[in-house]
Amino acid sequence: MRAWRLPADVDTDQLAPGATMKHGIEVSARHCLEALRPEFARDVRRGDVIVAGARFGIGSSREQAASVLVHLGLAAVIAPSYSGLYFRNAFNVGLLLLKCPQAALIDDGEAITFDARAGVVKRADGSTLACHPIPGFLLDMVEAGGLLPQLKSRLANRQEKP
Amino acid sequence: MGQTLVQNVNPNPNSIAPSTLAQELIAPSTPTQKLIAPATPAQELIAPATPAQELIAHATLAQKLIARACGRSQVAPGEIVTCRVDLAMFHDSSGPRRLQPMLAELGAPIWDKDKVVLVIDHYVPEVDDESRRIVRIARDWAAEQRLPHVYDSQGICHVVVPQHGHLRPGMFCVGGDSHSPTGGAFGAYMFGIGATEMLGVVVSGEIWLEVPQTIFMQWSGRLVDGVSAKDMMLAMLGRHGMDGGEYQAVEFCGEGVTALSMQERMTLANMSAELGAMVGLVAPDQTTRAWLAAHGAPEVEIEPWHSDAGAPGARHAFDASTLAPQVALPHSPANVCGVDQLPATRIDIAYIGACTGAKLDDLRAAARVLAGRRIAAGVQLLVAPASLRDAADAQREGIMAQLIAAGATLLPSSCGACAGYGSSIAEGSNVISSTARNFKGRMGAATAMVYLGSPYTVAASALRGAISDAREILAEPTRRAAQKGQA
Repeated sequence: MRAWRLPADVDTDQLAPGATMKHGIEVSARHCLEALRPEFARDVRRGDVIVAGARFGIGSSREQAASVLVHLGLAAVIAPSYSGLYFRNAFNVGLLLLKCPQAALIDDGEAITFDARAGVVKRADGSTLACHPIPGFLLDMVEAGGLLPQLKSRLANRQEKP
Repeated sequence: MGQTLVQNVNPNPNSIAPSTLAQELIAPSTPTQKLIAPATPAQELIAPATPAQELIAHATLAQKLIARACGRSQVAPGEIVTCRVDLAMFHDSSGPRRLQPMLAELGAPIWDKDKVVLVIDHYVPEVDDESRRIVRIARDWAAEQRLPHVYDSQGICHVVVPQHGHLRPGMFCVGGDSHSPTGGAFGAYMFGIGATEMLGVVVSGEIWLEVPQTIFMQWSGRLVDGVSAKDMMLAMLGRHGMDGGEYQAVEFCGEGVTALSMQERMTLANMSAELGAMVGLVAPDQTTRAWLAAHGAPEVEIEPWHSDAGAPGARHAFDASTLAPQVALPHSPANVCGVDQLPATRIDIAYIGACTGAKLDDLRAAARVLAGRRIAAGVQLLVAPASLRDAADAQREGIMAQLIAAGATLLPSSCGACAGYGSSIAEGSNVISSTARNFKGRMGAATAMVYLGSPYTVAASALRGAISDAREILAEPTRRAAQKGQA
């Protein structure tokens, strides 16, 4: 997994610019983070991760700011802290967020791996960074692909029961 | 389809079987993990006569509101609980266009239409085919679902919803918009969520949350003329930053807050979002009761809804009486300094708009500065009243005429340029705005420099063509009168 380094205070207008909001997720994804890293939407590969500074996702409630990253195939965002609203939205749309106080140690382009349930990020040199624990039900939600597929299977299970 | 958390994933086998449909759909599968240990029988036997009351006597307003919504006598910070929702509000951008396809995919109905409010405010008036399409979806869906509470092109949701009596002290509400904490001004627990989470609420009527700590913002003294709630909020942002609220509950209290009008309290609660709080609460009082009575809300109970003396939480002290007008510099609402500290800053556009800064009280503030005066040459003053009702009230008070005579251009009552959705501002312009956010590019122009201030400050800046202190202008007539007296 290749790390894309971003600064602190990445806001929802940078992730999903307001002017793109009426055109749907494809267009928002194409303009994702263009103000910070114009090459991002073009060069990002499935399985890459964003490594950002504090307060990632501040601003709007628009969940497209998280959906664009799912759409572009990001495996996770790793940052010391998040906007509370963005944090909820991300898991609801199936985007994994890891709270890692030492995220700043990771280099741009570095190949890293992680174990979300164990709360560990493994750096290219083999050293590890600890993450704050994420409640199990949120990890389950991400694994299911978000709240919608979870609701779908729960409703289906319920209908099967007598 | 979902994310892979690690190479070897153990699917969680222990899913408990909760009782209600809603719990089954929404409740976290391990809700008891963080629960505090309930009192043991022994404790109950030994404890003083009224242990519950004694514990509740040290509860915060946020804890009381959540306890009611989750059907418990008390809750503790850090617990994860599932609450019943009294009201779910959404708009044309976050609502029908996202909810309709997902509801169709689920084949599930809305849990309680009477508890849903739809406000069409983001893409109106429609400027192109895409916005027409989005608004059409909202209107068609509202008609098809026979939604009883729909406000189409009546103004911005955070202002329209309380103006129609939907928000009352003690309620537990969610909104499909980040400025939903505005409802906290009425002593309601109200916070913003995204469209998918709104889907969960709409099919179940429930939502989970982690019970927050409370951060008390204690304001002593009263504001002087020409300084407003917006300045109080910018001062708090300057001191505590955009994560000062830590996604906890912020409660605004003290004489500086209780002296504020209802709409000024709404400004504080509204920008709790910028402070990074989950909710921003003001304990309801006679001001709340009187305002709600005038806006068609049923008789409300205010007595239970306050934090008890000695309730736990961090406390931060501010003095309203010495507060100067505050300005947030580009490109963050937390990049704040006093207007008197600011180097000379020329402006091209003065914008009075949005749920944050164009309610009736905001228009009144602007008119006090602008009445009988004319804005500077080359400056554009744009006024987009927050709701039709506020615009009509302002009209009746003669305020709209004063603003227009001063050179203001009137815009529709919708979200407009604040979110960069509708009309946007010109590239390269210097803007002073009464809105809540000045992120780079938010208002639709990446090279614009957007400063945030109170409606007083925006009006004063429009008059002088540079960011100015309204207190100086408000003092002028008095000075003139005094000179006349001496002559």
